[in-house]
Amino acid sequence: MLRHTKAIVALAFTALIAAPAFAQEGGTLQKIKSQGYITLANRDASIPFSYYDQNQKPIGYAQELCLKAIDMIKKKYKMPKLEVRYQLVTSANRIPLIANGTADLECGSTTNNLEREQQVAFGYTYFVTGNRWISKKSAHLKTLQDLKGKTIVSTAGTSNLKEITEINNKENLGMNIISANGHPEAFQMVETGRAAAFVMDDILLYSLQASSRNPKEFEISNVSLSLQPYGPMMRKGDDEFKKAVDDAIGQIFKSGEINKLYNKWFEKPIPPKGIDLKVPMSAELKKIIANPTDSGDPKAYE
Amino acid sequence: MNYHWNWAILLAQEPGGSGTYLHYLLVGLVWTLATALAAWVIALGVGGMVGTLRTTPHPWVVRLGNGYVEIFRNVPLLVQMFLWYFVVPELLPASLGDRIKQMPPPWGSYVPAVLCLGLYTSVRIAEQTKAAIQSLPRGQRDAGTAMGLTQWQTYRYVILPQAVRIILPPLTSEFMNIIKNSSVALTIGLMELTGRAKSMQEFSFQVFEAFAAATVIYMLTNLVVVLGMRWLERSVRVPGLIAAAGAPQAGH
Amino acid sequence: MGGFDWSEITANLPYLFEVGMVFTVKLTVLAMVGGIFFGTLLAMMRLSHLRALRMLAGGYVNLMRSIPLVLVIFWFYFLVPYIGAWILREPRPIPVGTFYSALITFTMFEAAYYCEIMRAGIQSIPRGQVWSAYALGLDYWRTMGHIVLPQAFRNMIPVLLTQTLILFQDTSLVYVISATDFLGAASKIANRDYRLVEMYSFVAVVYFIVSFGLSLAVRRLQARIAVVR
Repeated sequence: MLRHTKAIVALAFTALIAAPAFAQEGGTLQKIKSQGYITLANRDASIPFSYYDQNQKPIGYAQELCLKAIDMIKKKYKMPKLEVRYQLVTSANRIPLIANGTADLECGSTTNNLEREQQVAFGYTYFVTGNRWISKKSAHLKTLQDLKGKTIVSTAGTSNLKEITEINNKENLGMNIISANGHPEAFQMVETGRAAAFVMDDILLYSLQASSRNPKEFEISNVSLSLQPYGPMMRKGDDEFKKAVDDAIGQIFKSGEINKLYNKWFEKPIPPKGIDLKVPMSAELKKIIANPTDSGDPKAYE
Repeated sequence: MNYHWNWAILLAQEPGGSGTYLHYLLVGLVWTLATALAAWVIALGVGGMVGTLRTTPHPWVVRLGNGYVEIFRNVPLLVQMFLWYFVVPELLPASLGDRIKQMPPPWGSYVPAVLCLGLYTSVRIAEQTKAAIQSLPRGQRDAGTAMGLTQWQTYRYVILPQAVRIILPPLTSEFMNIIKNSSVALTIGLMELTGRAKSMQEFSFQVFEAFAAATVIYMLTNLVVVLGMRWLERSVRVPGLIAAAGAPQAGH
Repeated sequence: MGGFDWSEITANLPYLFEVGMVFTVKLTVLAMVGGIFFGTLLAMMRLSHLRALRMLAGGYVNLMRSIPLVLVIFWFYFLVPYIGAWILREPRPIPVGTFYSALITFTMFEAAYYCEIMRAGIQSIPRGQVWSAYALGLDYWRTMGHIVLPQAFRNMIPVLLTQTLILFQDTSLVYVISATDFLGAASKIANRDYRLVEMYSFVAVVYFIVSFGLSLAVRRLQARIAVVR
């Protein structure tokens, strides 16, 4: 027991020193001004929001929106030489990495909800999607009850995974739920037959289906389990930075630039495979462009 | 942005409704041990056999054994895990491959994890077995022959009983290794202890509480294993048998 | 599943090696150097006559050896920004990329294993050497630096190299923090193009060739050193 006492003491010591390390902190604006760069978190496969093109460079609708916002912040706060650095994140680590300062701003496919608002802050919602599932047409999985007892997959760290786990428990569906490391891996499980359905935001499912080898083999459910509003994610408690980001994005919404941006990524062919998603702007999105909101409550979007 | 501590999260209900987060982690420990023990059986069986074969005087048998060891020793455990989980089902005939892929979780992840971990560890057991057998004085083997025992009988009655006692101390660390290595199976979806700690972190955002709990559980398991093996060594000890005190081996 | 698609491998060789293998090799070499450095320090602490140092080093080594490497990777990944801030007296956690997080993890983890190797190495030096050094008037640090450590090091080179080979294989575990080491890079391509069989088989073959080749080289080195001594 003595051997491990030392180790336990060492561990407790680490925990103690970690606690007071960040009592007082300056805002993100000061941080980026003093270090000369801002760290933008990006995804590798959240098409078309934030993903890698064939040269492994981060592109996407949300990426571009945030880059435009950063340009506006550079001008407004007089930081003309501000560099943008990228930090790749996954669904599982995006929240801790924003919270601990590894990245300053995340623009991808992160759902804003009330639970997450306890850990991080969100800016204006730039997309509204629904939590649906994709499965093989031959499986005929049309309603939630059809999923009973089946093997379901979702991506680690997503609100979708949490939601399906809770629904499984509440409705006693007896589903076997697998957690995959990323969206492509999860989709592959449905493709190869390891899982019957992949539960994820519908827009991400559309793009995965469109770029798959045999798109006609799959179908996306009509049933939507919940509304998922996407917003830019940043550290909690930093009102100054949030206001700067909100102002910039609000401007982009008001000026109508957002419509061009939307058209580019959702209604035209996009890299790397030149696929056109053909998703016209939903009524919910039009509503929040007219009246920007950063609410994490799904009711605000109905 | 402070990290906001919440040790009470361990007593909060996990989203799947199976109980508290602490219970969730402890079930993960059960899976860790289940994977480790099943793999251990394979490792001892296959490894013991391969190690023993490598000490026989038949050159082709020894070469086969060496080949086996080299293949499984030079590919990282994680890569082997992926091969078992992703590649093997695709290389088998379609019907068998499909049946394997249809295995519901957790068996779909458990079976490849056990096979992978078992064969990976069998290599180290083989090495230890070979070293233990070869550390015995040549006289033992010769005396067996002189007494009229066949090769098989010499192994069965003279060499192996001694080798087993020599090999017990290194086996303790091998068993701890197999428990630790079972954590690699989280990459193929096995919800053992580390996988569940990661999942707990993703659901609750309480990073440090989740991993601290997992760390403490591993350390306690370590303690139990060490004490258990020490008891085992003491109960089978033959006084006067000089154990082969090895130079420190690399590894973990 | 159709035939084996060789073009998938050849088309992606530049990315796999220039990004993936470079990451793996850089991580291995730097962690080896750092690990041996800290490992030697830890070994000296474990052999010191100050009980506090012995216990601290012993506790650290036992901790690192009783928990899985995957768990250690997660710990450092989330903890390093906070510790960095505490060391640098920054008010907020500092950003640490995947590579540096992995580097710190592997250095600190392997230090525990290199420590045990160096400890055995130091203990294998006949005490006579140490007493002679003291008799000649050398202090502790000079004794260690000029007499004991060089010999210990030389004796343990084969074991140290074998440990480094294990480190080389273990770096593949950075997959769990989505780093683009050799396996991570192959995995990204495999998932992007739905070519898991080709990619993972290729990774296995490359690791085998490199590891096996290096282990043969270490064995040859071991034979050479044994003869000289």
